[in-house]
Amino acid sequence: MSDVAVSAQSITKIFGPTEGGLRALDDVSVDIRTNEFFTLLGPSGCGKTTLLRMIAGFETPTFGSIILDGKDITTDPPFRRPVNTVFQSYALFPHLTVAQNVGFGLEMRGKQKSEIGAAVAEVLALVRMEQMAERYPSQLSGGQQQRVALARALAPRPSVLLLDEPLSALDLKLRKQMQIELKRMQLETGITFIFVTHDQEEALTMSDRIAVMSAGRILQIGAPREIYNAPANRFVADFIGESNFLPAEVEGPAAVKLGNGASAPAAMPDGLGAGTRVTVAVRPEQIDVCPEAEGILSGTIAELVYFGTDMHAHIDLGDGATLVARVTARSDAGLEKGGRTGIRFATGALRVVEETA
Amino acid sequence: MSEASGSLRTLEADAAARRIRRNWLLSLPALALLLVGASGPLLIVLVYSFLKPGDFSGVIWEPTFNAWFQILFSRDIFDDTIGLADAHLTIFWRSVRLSLSTTLITLLLGLPTAYFIATRSGRQRMFWLFLITIPFWTNLLIRTFAILEMLRNEGIVNNALIDLGVITEPLQILYTDTAVLIGMSYVYLPLMVLPLYAAIERLDFRLVEAGYDLYANRVQVFRRIILPIIKPGIVAGSILVFVPSLGAYVTPRVLGGGKNMMIGNFIELQFGQGRNWPLGASLSILLLFIVMAALLLYVRASSREEPHG
Repeated sequence: MSDVAVSAQSITKIFGPTEGGLRALDDVSVDIRTNEFFTLLGPSGCGKTTLLRMIAGFETPTFGSIILDGKDITTDPPFRRPVNTVFQSYALFPHLTVAQNVGFGLEMRGKQKSEIGAAVAEVLALVRMEQMAERYPSQLSGGQQQRVALARALAPRPSVLLLDEPLSALDLKLRKQMQIELKRMQLETGITFIFVTHDQEEALTMSDRIAVMSAGRILQIGAPREIYNAPANRFVADFIGESNFLPAEVEGPAAVKLGNGASAPAAMPDGLGAGTRVTVAVRPEQIDVCPEAEGILSGTIAELVYFGTDMHAHIDLGDGATLVARVTARSDAGLEKGGRTGIRFATGALRVVEETA
Repeated sequence: MSEASGSLRTLEADAAARRIRRNWLLSLPALALLLVGASGPLLIVLVYSFLKPGDFSGVIWEPTFNAWFQILFSRDIFDDTIGLADAHLTIFWRSVRLSLSTTLITLLLGLPTAYFIATRSGRQRMFWLFLITIPFWTNLLIRTFAILEMLRNEGIVNNALIDLGVITEPLQILYTDTAVLIGMSYVYLPLMVLPLYAAIERLDFRLVEAGYDLYANRVQVFRRIILPIIKPGIVAGSILVFVPSLGAYVTPRVLGGGKNMMIGNFIELQFGQGRNWPLGASLSILLLFIVMAALLLYVRASSREEPHG
């Protein structure tokens, strides 16, 4: 088996006429490795679901090809691909029991009854739904249906499992629990998971690697930490986690001059000459508040937003820019709306990001 | 506190009782109409089926089971031996056979039609549904005569076939069971298409995708997923076609001529030339029971398809 499970090569998908139609995917190439939990992350309409449906076989690319385990499957119908999908709506067959739903794929592959029975029992145990085998989908809760949909897609032991925002219909608590379970199942089965979501937190929790997509393109591919700590551009920095953006000017190889003239160290790509106007990104948790005199920047507290463990301080810098700093609720002493405060940055907090159109 | 809530309940109960009384009063005219218009005549038919036929028409008020007996058996006019009424059985069998065939033909034609309509976009759907309902705007008799025009020996069907060189002599279609079958299939097709359309339109096509995803090919997806899910629509359409087919009168009369009678024509005959009102009445009741049995089957089949739990 090759190291690459699925390879999308220069995929372009245009809905409608080739000239002037809607460009859902624009020359997208990505290699998804065997046994990895890969996430396609992006806002709705970014093309992530279209890419997933192409791997499943429900859409055909306008240009480009899909390679699965070294074999070109670009034009194969879905029922000839060793790939199964967990649908966003679950799409369980209402007229079949849980066991019949889960066994459907194996049955269509012409497996023996005894073999199907054993596989169904095994996979229902994996998703902890053994007790529900004889129920009908309408007798199950949303979370249980979700597990059955997962079991049904896992039962035929596909080489790749596709998951189309499967957790979006669950409430927060159940979703968190399923995130952990999904990761466990992926490790237990050793199947390559391709997961589509618009929820960045979900992506960071489960993925081995993430592809951040926007407007039909992949902007960055990398491990969760890599994407969070070193976003390639403003879109990624903004979409993954929260970011503040400040205008700045390049001062030297690793330093920028901020709006008030103060100089600060910043990571930046090579080749930026001194004096270039750039944007620097900084995460709220990398900002420390301090007495005004000690700060590199200073401003007025415009808003204090409390949310349990932490608090967000919105600080008006006076030149039209506002920064959001994350302050632990314990150390909020002295901060009050309308008060003045200083700001310091943690080491390596500032990063020059490419502006995205 | 408890006193207050107790009196509140009483007030609610009073209001409910008053509402029920008022609703009863309001529905009284409709109930009266139903009683007089539907149950009344049926009761008369039922009573007539147990009476003796009058000499020219009507009935003689003498109770007897003769009419019910006559449905299946006949007394030889010469030696009074009792035998099966072959002619009646032939008519029953033809009615059932033609009705079942009509149901099957309309199902086979209606399913792809309904599927086609249900998968169009919104405005196109309206257009195709409109075309399906157009025949309802014209009188059945006129439409049946139009079919007769097409099927007769010098009609467009035979002329076209002769002009094409397929046949040399015109086919005798008219006044055969085939003609009746063609006519009934044409007349009842919309009754099949509409419930099928309603069922397919409700079908979640993501289930079809899920089927393909789980290695089912087109035939398997149709048999294992689409068919069972739209089954209530198929049953409803079949009942809607089978029931009126069984009691059809105009179509077999016009296209079948006098020879190829169905139950409906046979009943009419008893009240006309046959001068045997009790037999006509008992046949009507029998037809009613067959239809009710079919409906009962439908109810059972569809209630089993209801979502479980």
